[in-house]
Parts: sequence; structure tokens; C-alpha cells
Amino acid sequence: MKTKILLKCAKAAGFAAYALFLLFSFLKGFEPGKKMAFNLSYFSLEMAKILPPAFILIGLFEVWVKKETIEKHFGSKSGIRGHIGGILLAGTTVGGLYVAFPVAYTLYRKGADLGVIFTYIAASAICRVPMTIFEASFLGIKFSIIRLSVSIPLVIISSMLLGKYLTRKGYTIRDGA
Amino acid sequence: MYFLYIVLLIALLVSFIADRTKTYRAIKIAFKKFTKILPAFASMLVLVSIILGLVPDSLIVHYLGESNMFQGVLMASFFGSITLMPGFIAFPLCGILLKKEVTYTVISAFTTTLMMVGFVTVPIEKRYFGGKVTVMRNALSLVIALIVAVVTGIFFGEILP
Repeated sequence: MKTKILLKCAKAAGFAAYALFLLFSFLKGFEPGKKMAFNLSYFSLEMAKILPPAFILIGLFEVWVKKETIEKHFGSKSGIRGHIGGILLAGTTVGGLYVAFPVAYTLYRKGADLGVIFTYIAASAICRVPMTIFEASFLGIKFSIIRLSVSIPLVIISSMLLGKYLTRKGYTIRDGA
Repeated sequence: MYFLYIVLLIALLVSFIADRTKTYRAIKIAFKKFTKILPAFASMLVLVSIILGLVPDSLIVHYLGESNMFQGVLMASFFGSITLMPGFIAFPLCGILLKKEVTYTVISAFTTTLMMVGFVTVPIEKRYFGGKVTVMRNALSLVIALIVAVVTGIFFGEILP
């Protein structure tokens, strides 16, 4: 308990030092510090745009989608179909990993298989449709096709194994607190 | 981004017409979940800003442009793992790398780790999945990224004739 409080204090001190550093950078015109402040504001704005709608959709999902539906399509008996479903769902995920984690927890609560959840998380990193189109326009369609056709099978296999292993160990995903 | 808001608007409208109390409950749940994880997001934002401040694009271009393929892949996976970039910054950067004759193998290692391995998202991931599984998932992702890089290299004729 004591270490937890200590850790919290250290974290607060870190935040304070960081804020002071940014302020100092602005007053003295310190470039790297100014760049950090710019990055912070840029990414904060990005989060502010993505997170509220994403969480409201998660909330709607929680109240409307029945547990049986998720169990049927993404549950432990869904097999490879569940993994493909996870990839399709991931294709429409906005943002990236940081949005996928809270969604993953909700899917888990509704009875999705752990393996399918890991596939969903990895796929939301690599298979987002708008991102892939953008990638292909800069690096060529051949590059994107190779990347997806190699990574998707690997993701499914590794997620199945990780999911099986953790399910056997009685692992549970936590609620983010 | 617009897509997200359009979907949200339609979903909210349909939900509201179908069942008003359920919709309020959904918003309440959303708010609760959001505020719970918010501190972790703050940690992530601070980490991102520090790392992108310390590792500017020019540094990445410099290091990946000047090294041989093996070093390049290692360096690329390192940079890809510790940073977080939105696609519209990352892919133009890759375009620059390509013009500097950086191999597809190295670029593949960079983009795949950038997407899959998240050092800066650890504060969030850990809250849901715990430290151990977070490490396991990221390690697995790194391995997958390296395999993808090698296969990309083979298909582009950069590794093996």
C-alpha cells in the first residue's frame, strides 16, 4: 500500500516537472521543449476528437448488444470465423491500439474468446482500412498486400495460442481501473 | 474521422428513438469508463510528446538511411516500437525513406512495429491486460513484425537473390 502511494507521488512529481519544463521551454525559447508542447497539444486534440465518440459507441454497444450474440460470433466456439469477425471489426476501428483496448474489454465482458480478442487488437493495429489505403498510396499496393497477407495468418495463430494459454491459466481482463 | 461521427450520430439517434432510458444508461457507462481510463491516457500523451520531442523525424531518416540492412531493421523496429505516429505523418516519412534508398525490408520493420508494438500505449494496455500480458503481446508483435520485414525483403528481392 505504501509503495502505491509513493508511486503516485513520484508520478505527480513527474507530471509537475514535465509541466515546468514545458513552461520554461516557452519562456526561454528552447526548441525541443517547444516541440514537445506542440506534440502534446496535437495529440491531446486528436484524443479529444476520437475518444468521446468512441466511448459513447462502446456504451451503446454495452446496453444494446446481447451477450449471446457476441458469444455466438466471437465466443470460444466460434473458431476461425470468430477471428475473421474480429479482423473485420478491427478494420473499422478508428485511432488504433488505444481505442482497441477499451473495446476489447467490452467484447470480453460480453463473452468473446480471449484468442479472438487478441486477434482483434492486433488487427486494429495493422488492418484499419483508411490507414491501409493511405499506406498503399505511399509505399505501393504490393507492399500492403505482402504486409497483410503475411501478418494476418501470424496474428491469428499467435492470438489463438496466447488465448488458449491464458484461458487455461484462468486469466481475466480488467476493467481499466 | 467523419465516419466515426456519422456512425455515432446515427447510432445515438436510433438508440434514442428505440429506448430513451437505455440511451441515457449507455452515455452514463461511456462517461464512467472514460473517466476511469483518462489518467492512463494522460500518461500516454506525456510519453508520446517526450519521445517524439527526443526522436524527431530527421533523426529517424538519418539513422535508417545510413545503416546496412541488418542494423537498419533493428534500428527501425526500435524506433517503430517506441514512437506513436498517426498514419498521415508516418507514411509520408516512409516515402522520404524510400527516396533515400532505404530498403522495403527496413521500412516494413518500421511501419509494422509502429502499428503493433506500443511502448507509449503501455500505460493504457497495462490497465486492462496487466503488465505480464502486455509484455507478452508486445513481444509477440515484435516477432511478427520481424517476420513480416524478412518476407517483405524476400518479395522485393532485397534478401536472397
